[in-house]
Amino acid sequence: MTSLDAARLSDTLVTTALAVFSLALVAFAVAAALTRAKGPSAARTPSEPVPAGPAGSAGPAGALPPSGAAPLDRGRGTDRGFLASAATSMTLLGTIVVVLAVVARGVAAGRAPWGNMYEFGLTGSAAVALAFLVYRRGRPVDGLAAWIVAVVLVLLGISATSLYTPVDDLVPVLNSRWLVVHVAAAIIAGGLFTIGALATIAHLVRQRRHGEHDGPFSQLAHTVHLVAFPIWTFAVIAGAVWAENAWGRYWGWDPKETWAFITWVLYAAHLHALSTVGWRRRAGLLAIAGFAAFLFNFFGVNLWIPGLHSYAGV
Amino acid sequence: MRTAVVLLVLLALTAVPGSVLPQRGVSSDPSAVANFYAEHPDLAPWLDRLSLFNVYSAPWFAAVYVLLLVSMTGCVVPRSAQLWRDFRAAPPPSPRHLSRESAHRRLQVVDSDAALDAAAAHLRDRRFRVVRTAGEVRAEKGRVRELGNLVFHLSLLVLLFGVAGGKLLGYEGRVALAEGATFANVSSSYDALTPGPWADLAGLEPLQLVLDDFEAQFETEGSRFGEPRGFEAVVSYGSEDEGEGTFTVRPNRPLDIDGTKFFLTGHGYAPELTVRDGNGDVAASGPTIFLPVDQAFTSDGVVKVPDARPTSLALQGLFLPTAVDGPDGMGVSAYPGAVNPIVQLSAYTGDLGLDDGTPQSVYSLDFDDLDRVRGSDGEPWRVSLAPGQTVRLPDGLGSVTFDGLSRFANFQVARDPGKEVSLVAAILLMLGLTVSLAVPRRRVWVRAGADGTIELAGRALSRRPVPSNDIDDLAAAIDLPPASAGQHTEEQ
Repeated sequence: MTSLDAARLSDTLVTTALAVFSLALVAFAVAAALTRAKGPSAARTPSEPVPAGPAGSAGPAGALPPSGAAPLDRGRGTDRGFLASAATSMTLLGTIVVVLAVVARGVAAGRAPWGNMYEFGLTGSAAVALAFLVYRRGRPVDGLAAWIVAVVLVLLGISATSLYTPVDDLVPVLNSRWLVVHVAAAIIAGGLFTIGALATIAHLVRQRRHGEHDGPFSQLAHTVHLVAFPIWTFAVIAGAVWAENAWGRYWGWDPKETWAFITWVLYAAHLHALSTVGWRRRAGLLAIAGFAAFLFNFFGVNLWIPGLHSYAGV
Repeated sequence: MRTAVVLLVLLALTAVPGSVLPQRGVSSDPSAVANFYAEHPDLAPWLDRLSLFNVYSAPWFAAVYVLLLVSMTGCVVPRSAQLWRDFRAAPPPSPRHLSRESAHRRLQVVDSDAALDAAAAHLRDRRFRVVRTAGEVRAEKGRVRELGNLVFHLSLLVLLFGVAGGKLLGYEGRVALAEGATFANVSSSYDALTPGPWADLAGLEPLQLVLDDFEAQFETEGSRFGEPRGFEAVVSYGSEDEGEGTFTVRPNRPLDIDGTKFFLTGHGYAPELTVRDGNGDVAASGPTIFLPVDQAFTSDGVVKVPDARPTSLALQGLFLPTAVDGPDGMGVSAYPGAVNPIVQLSAYTGDLGLDDGTPQSVYSLDFDDLDRVRGSDGEPWRVSLAPGQTVRLPDGLGSVTFDGLSRFANFQVARDPGKEVSLVAAILLMLGLTVSLAVPRRRVWVRAGADGTIELAGRALSRRPVPSNDIDDLAAAIDLPPASAGQHTEEQ
């Protein structure tokens, strides 16, 4: 397979993944709509469309006529179950396809496929989807699946449309082993931060509506943040070591470095707030702020602020 | 903790303006602050008074991180003392109501003494610290979490020490060298030098460096036409400590001579121009560095010829590596490689201003006392030269020859005596952080009851719960399957 074939294959796989994730999202949405149509007690808040399990199968008596309700109800429940599991399968399939797209892109470029914004977005989408599927096994967090799929879809869509760049060689300053280590760590940490932010938002919404203090979403957020924070720390340190080797100083307050620092400090604040009595909600807001800083570092700094990292642009 | 959270948020906020406003000493564009001053003449002085062009050395920024480190130290020192006591103290006795602990189980055993022995042996194998008393086993594990936490926080102080060491004792400099030129490492050889306040500029590493050859490759096809693809600078060096040698400096591959490092950060063209004056004597010759102004390496440069007779001369030039006709008839460069090199020159006579003592850039002219040379038609004199061509200046002022093309390389020179300390601190920081977030600290108790039962219980001392297999494995080790009689009875 030539480089060009591999590049085309990668592009096709990205398109396929977009289609599969879109179908998954539609399936999640319809399943959620069916759930909601059943009545208030079974309805989930909009932030948690679908529990994949049998939850909500006991509809309130008032919502449907008592006689003949049971078969109809069961029918709907089966549809819902089918749709939800179909959505989950499609999410799995989409993840496999997007991982293959990353691999094909790497083969086409003959290097680690994270040398520009498009590749960062592509690999990042794969990281988010993969990390969620790994965590999901045996844990009751399927309510978040639709939102994860939506975010992956947005990220992959933006990458494939606005950020797309054909396969090419790297500019000389990026041609380093540190690219593999530093950017890979940033992508993994970023993928986990994304899941952490979504889980935190879902938890905050749930807390407001149901007064729940600790639930599966806050557990999810806590776990991914605990894993992501050291990885992000490592990404920053590896970046500093690389900067020393490339530019002669390990820290120079370049905008990219500054926002990596801001992200780190905000997540550090989040972890400290978690151990502060009565600041759990603020801790959640700090995690979201940290994620916002991370996002700004990827989009804002690359596109609007000139700096030494500008070559990584579109 | 509240203080820490507030100060961390403050630190994040105070770091923001430095990424939005141009900063002095941030390397991507040295003239950014001056440009901002020119664009916002009213606002800029006020921002400057608030140190907003030096955010990261501003007193208010320093105040935030110093407060943070002070509050951190105030927190960490007592915790170190506490940790020291914890390390020496035995695990505490079991609480009265074990059933209130997060992980609790009651088992029926035949011989409670044997069961306690088995439990103690099992926990010791699992590297718990264990105390076996007559009626119970007390065990604790994961104090390394607290140790990791302390190492992490203390390494931040070490990191600050390393950063400060580099800032105070180190220096950074820049030098542009044309092919064939020699650099001797004394402070006057640098184009720009930023020493730390305690840097020993008289004691710079004795060494010299010659740029033998510079090569650059650019993309020749596709949408990224003209993008750089490879640079290398072949240099020969000689130093007292490391002897003589040659080395190829590339991006990501600096030359390191005993801690003084040379990084290839830029390059460009140095046209070789020979200026003969009105008497026919060579008044200037050799490569002149022209600074690139765009991606296609259109470059600006000047040649100052104060010794020309009858009058001093100055040439201002534009160099186009691949000259093509632009849309408005002006020449432009289409490609960064030297395919069709052209130098466009205009000339000036008069006082170059070199003798009045004010320092002047070698890359620009002080036009105050200069007169533009005009042709016989009265229009400003302009000329385009290809390599090998010579042109006579009007009015018998002399001639200029474009002999050929050299390249120049820009080197960033840096010495940072604190960086090893910072690296060690960063590694400790990483290790400490990982341990402090990954290891759960917990206590386990096994207590024999009077009725032939024993109780197992665990308590998490951190936010991470007691690992579920801690108690399961312990129950199994006491030789009862975990799911057997007496399974977790809350309120019996």
